[in-house]
Amino acid sequence: MDERILKLKEELESKIAEAADLVGLDSIRVGYLGKKGSITNLVKGMKDLAAEQRKTFGADVNKLKEAAAKMIEEKTAELKQKQIELEIRSMPAFDITTPSNCACGSYHPITLVQRQCENIFRSMGFTVEDYSEIVTDYECFESLNIPKHHPARDMQDTYYLTNGQLLKSQTSAAQNAILRKYGPALIENGTPIRAIFPGRCFRNEATDACHENTFFQMEGVMVDKDISISNLIYFMKTMLSEVFRKDIRVRLRPGFFPFVEPGFELDISCLICGGTGCPSCKHSGWLELCPCGMIHPNVLREGGIDPDKYTGFAFGLGLTRLAMMKYGIKDIRDLNSGSLKALAQFTDDE
Amino acid sequence: MFLSMNWIEDFVDLSGLDKLDLIHRFSLSTAEVENDIFFKGKDLSGVVVAEIKSVEAHPQSKKLHLLKVDAGDGQLTDVVCGAPNVRVGMKTAFAKLGATIGDITIAPRALAGYTSYGMCCGESELGISDDNSGIMEITDDVPLGTDLKEIYDIEDIIFEVDNKSLTNRPDLWGHYGIAREFASLAGRKLKAPEMEDLTVYDSLPEVDMKIEDTLCKRYSTMKVENISRNVSPVNIRIRLFYCGMRAINFLADLTNYLMLEMGQPMHAFDARKVEKIRIKRFDKPFVFTTLDGAERNIDENTLMICNDNTPVAIAGIMGGLDSEIVEDTTTLTLESANFDAASVRKSTVRLSHRTDASMRYEKSLDPEMTVPAIARFLYLLKKYDGGVRVVSRLTDEYAVKFPPVTLCFDQAFVDRYTGISIDGDTIVKTLTSLGFDVTHSGTGFTVRVPSWRITKDVTMNADIIEEITRIYGYDNFEINTTRSPLYPVRMTQVKTDEEKIKDLLVKKFALHELHSYVWAYNDELKALGIPVEENIKLANATNPNIETLRNSIIPTQLCQLKVNTAYAPEFGIFEIGRVVNGLDENNMCIEHKKLAITLFSKASDMRDLYFRMRDILAAIAADIKHSTLTFTAAKPAHSYEHPVNLNKILLDGAELGVIGIAHPTVSKNIDKKANIVFAEIDVEKLAACSDKGIVYSEPSKYPSIEYDLSMDIPEGVLYADLKNCWEKETSGLLKSAAIVDTYDTAEIHRITVRLVFSSSERTLSSAEVQDIIDKVVKDLAEMNVTIKTSAT
Repeated sequence: MDERILKLKEELESKIAEAADLVGLDSIRVGYLGKKGSITNLVKGMKDLAAEQRKTFGADVNKLKEAAAKMIEEKTAELKQKQIELEIRSMPAFDITTPSNCACGSYHPITLVQRQCENIFRSMGFTVEDYSEIVTDYECFESLNIPKHHPARDMQDTYYLTNGQLLKSQTSAAQNAILRKYGPALIENGTPIRAIFPGRCFRNEATDACHENTFFQMEGVMVDKDISISNLIYFMKTMLSEVFRKDIRVRLRPGFFPFVEPGFELDISCLICGGTGCPSCKHSGWLELCPCGMIHPNVLREGGIDPDKYTGFAFGLGLTRLAMMKYGIKDIRDLNSGSLKALAQFTDDE
Repeated sequence: MFLSMNWIEDFVDLSGLDKLDLIHRFSLSTAEVENDIFFKGKDLSGVVVAEIKSVEAHPQSKKLHLLKVDAGDGQLTDVVCGAPNVRVGMKTAFAKLGATIGDITIAPRALAGYTSYGMCCGESELGISDDNSGIMEITDDVPLGTDLKEIYDIEDIIFEVDNKSLTNRPDLWGHYGIAREFASLAGRKLKAPEMEDLTVYDSLPEVDMKIEDTLCKRYSTMKVENISRNVSPVNIRIRLFYCGMRAINFLADLTNYLMLEMGQPMHAFDARKVEKIRIKRFDKPFVFTTLDGAERNIDENTLMICNDNTPVAIAGIMGGLDSEIVEDTTTLTLESANFDAASVRKSTVRLSHRTDASMRYEKSLDPEMTVPAIARFLYLLKKYDGGVRVVSRLTDEYAVKFPPVTLCFDQAFVDRYTGISIDGDTIVKTLTSLGFDVTHSGTGFTVRVPSWRITKDVTMNADIIEEITRIYGYDNFEINTTRSPLYPVRMTQVKTDEEKIKDLLVKKFALHELHSYVWAYNDELKALGIPVEENIKLANATNPNIETLRNSIIPTQLCQLKVNTAYAPEFGIFEIGRVVNGLDENNMCIEHKKLAITLFSKASDMRDLYFRMRDILAAIAADIKHSTLTFTAAKPAHSYEHPVNLNKILLDGAELGVIGIAHPTVSKNIDKKANIVFAEIDVEKLAACSDKGIVYSEPSKYPSIEYDLSMDIPEGVLYADLKNCWEKETSGLLKSAAIVDTYDTAEIHRITVRLVFSSSERTLSSAEVQDIIDKVVKDLAEMNVTIKTSAT
């Protein structure tokens, strides 16, 4: 073999072995195999050789060329691998236990409980209605079978406004409007009235950990041809079991509310002890939760519905109370305090 | 109201039944019973009747006496006693060695050098009255050594019913009515109370009495003389005490006893002071002294009982001091009357004086009860004071009667209301046990409502359902869903929007939802330097801080920021709530539902915070209405608004609300270093805006051409003006325009906008785009916008 070829090969081998990175390797490639590279130059110089000499020399140069390309290729792969390994080694290990920052917003707990109730009732075919907070005496009392000077008016201390209107003391204040809104469809097409109307209520009373002058209720009504007490118990039990996500036992006791007859106080089995008795249910095993009853014939009549043809039930659920029970909020005043320390904890709870 | 099981059992035999279970069923079927049930006398044993045989003064003590007591066991027991009323021959309650009184067991006890082998007890120590003036004096003729519990009703079960749950049941304000419920629940018979036959006095003269005002529905009276008893029998006193009343004297106690038993308030006048009973109102107000010694202002609406023209009692509320039973009263005029419920209620409110009597009259008592109450009173009076003489006939004026109520319904009505089947026999049995007169033929029922239920609570068929079902027991109901047809339920637009807004604000912008009050917080606003704006007021606010209703949620939120300044360097709050904006032409409040958002930051500069708010609002419009908001400058109208950067928020030409920066004065009062931005929009107006919906545009298959315009903007020219230039010149070929760079110095405000052109039909030529750009540049130049560079 030609001495020059041998020398070049030796030289190339040692240079490739020394190459530290891909850039250096590439300049080696250019130095030998490029247009002006040493191996290319050998090929160019072949024209000066004798013909028979040229043949063997050509074959040797080609071998060298192939060998050079192969060596460079192998070295490239090796260097790339080294670089990845270096990259892996240089990746620091993060401390995943540092505090998260999810920048979460929050819902008011009443919104959460209200949504849960609304979803349950919507799934059972109830519409969700909204109603004003300022109502008339007719809406809040007279249409609900509570005439002027009725002792039931003493039961609630109402905030009156200087124009004679009042801040609604109960969500029932919307009942007459709901009956009038959906009554015609009931009478003409037999479409049952199924509606809930959550809302904010107001009572003129001193506030403490258990009393607020501003709180939320959710009223519900259902009116159709044969709505019964049995249906009322079913809907209350189903709804409450869904809200608390466990089987809730309910019991009815007679309760007096002028807009229902018969009227009930609905108790649920204590959520803490399950009914065996504990301090939070005053050892009775039951919690008084929501007044309800069969809509009073006078109320139906006042809403344009014939009580001889239709019956219905109504209930008034204390959403504020429910939220407190559900989340273990002990001081009712926290809800309207505006304090983010208390209220920013309530992320979505569907 | 406290109730005595012994008393109830006077009228119904409950032997062999679990009393606690009955009380529980009463709570579920009639009225709520409080949790605490008292087992009276359970902790008392070994107390007997004993006689004091000798009394010696204790040599070392002024208070103590050394007694020898005969407890009927054939010996005299040494007792050291500190009571002041000890005397020889007195019979008293004696706790023998080994006796228990509450937690105490009686054992020999040394007292000042002498040992006492037992204890003489006072009534309060025995728990049968509040009399602690000395040891009990027993006047009844009983053998010494008799256990006290054998002769007196010391053992009793006392339970309390929440008065509120009796509001609509005037018949339950006495033990007899309660006993009727127990009889019905237990399936036992109700016994009639023992009464005096009043007809035997029919030949005696009448009492001079006349109702001159129909607020008195009925007045029944009788006159009795030669009363000698002064202290009530022990059992009567025990019952009164257990039921929460104090013993006063025999006659007063007996009227109270009758009230607790029959539910009928009664009043005993000293007959010397009341000879000519007139029931009327007076023309002029005057001052009247009631028997508790209080001077009360009586007005012309208050019904009075008078002796001719001299008032002697406030009807249904309280007697007068001058005519009350005193030590030497031997002749009494008894009142058993019925007054208009509303009138009594209003009078108690005016006088702010509620009594056991008025509490009952307010509930509409049964006027049929006045005469039986007198008959029962006389029976008990004669039983306990043998020498009394009745000196008048029953004098009774029945001015206003409740019309009788008869109800007709059929089985189908009951089935429809209950949703279960309760058979006819059960219905008849239940109603009969409650005193209803029932005729049952075929499937029909005809029911005559008893007088004690028609005054208030049973007047129509629906009321009958309650009677049947509550005794049947709601726990026994089979529960069923309805068979009503189902229809799709759609939420109102406002409700839909509200829920979406809440989700967007919480989940995308990490805001916090807060609630607040509907009134303006006077004190808190004052502290921030925000005067409460004139608006409708509460007529009966007990707290001046909450007198005026709010016309915006923003001031409320500024107060809430103040509470939360230490919560985090940066946060945002929102509320969807109601405000009132004055009155309409009918004098009705104009109520609006608003969304208010306030951002607080010590970390971001004002510009960033302001644009964050702007983007939140834009996101609401984009997310809910697929629309773009526009803004126009607004004039400040409220003290908390910064005059600069106050903008109206518009959607489709409708003015939704306002976005602005807190006034520096207010802002500094909240936090010296914080930037505060607020916005408020009308949720109902937003809901009324149409949703543009998603408009799909197919991506172009042809390449797009980008063109960057770098412009120096003179003062007063808005981005909206620039945008207007390229939107009007680009004939639908402009696909997007976005700011890619900004450069601001004191003199120069430069932005670079990248315009992207494409057509869905062909490949655009650069000459075509250049034509458009030339036009745009010309328009921009007219506004003195200088083009620095432009390039594709």
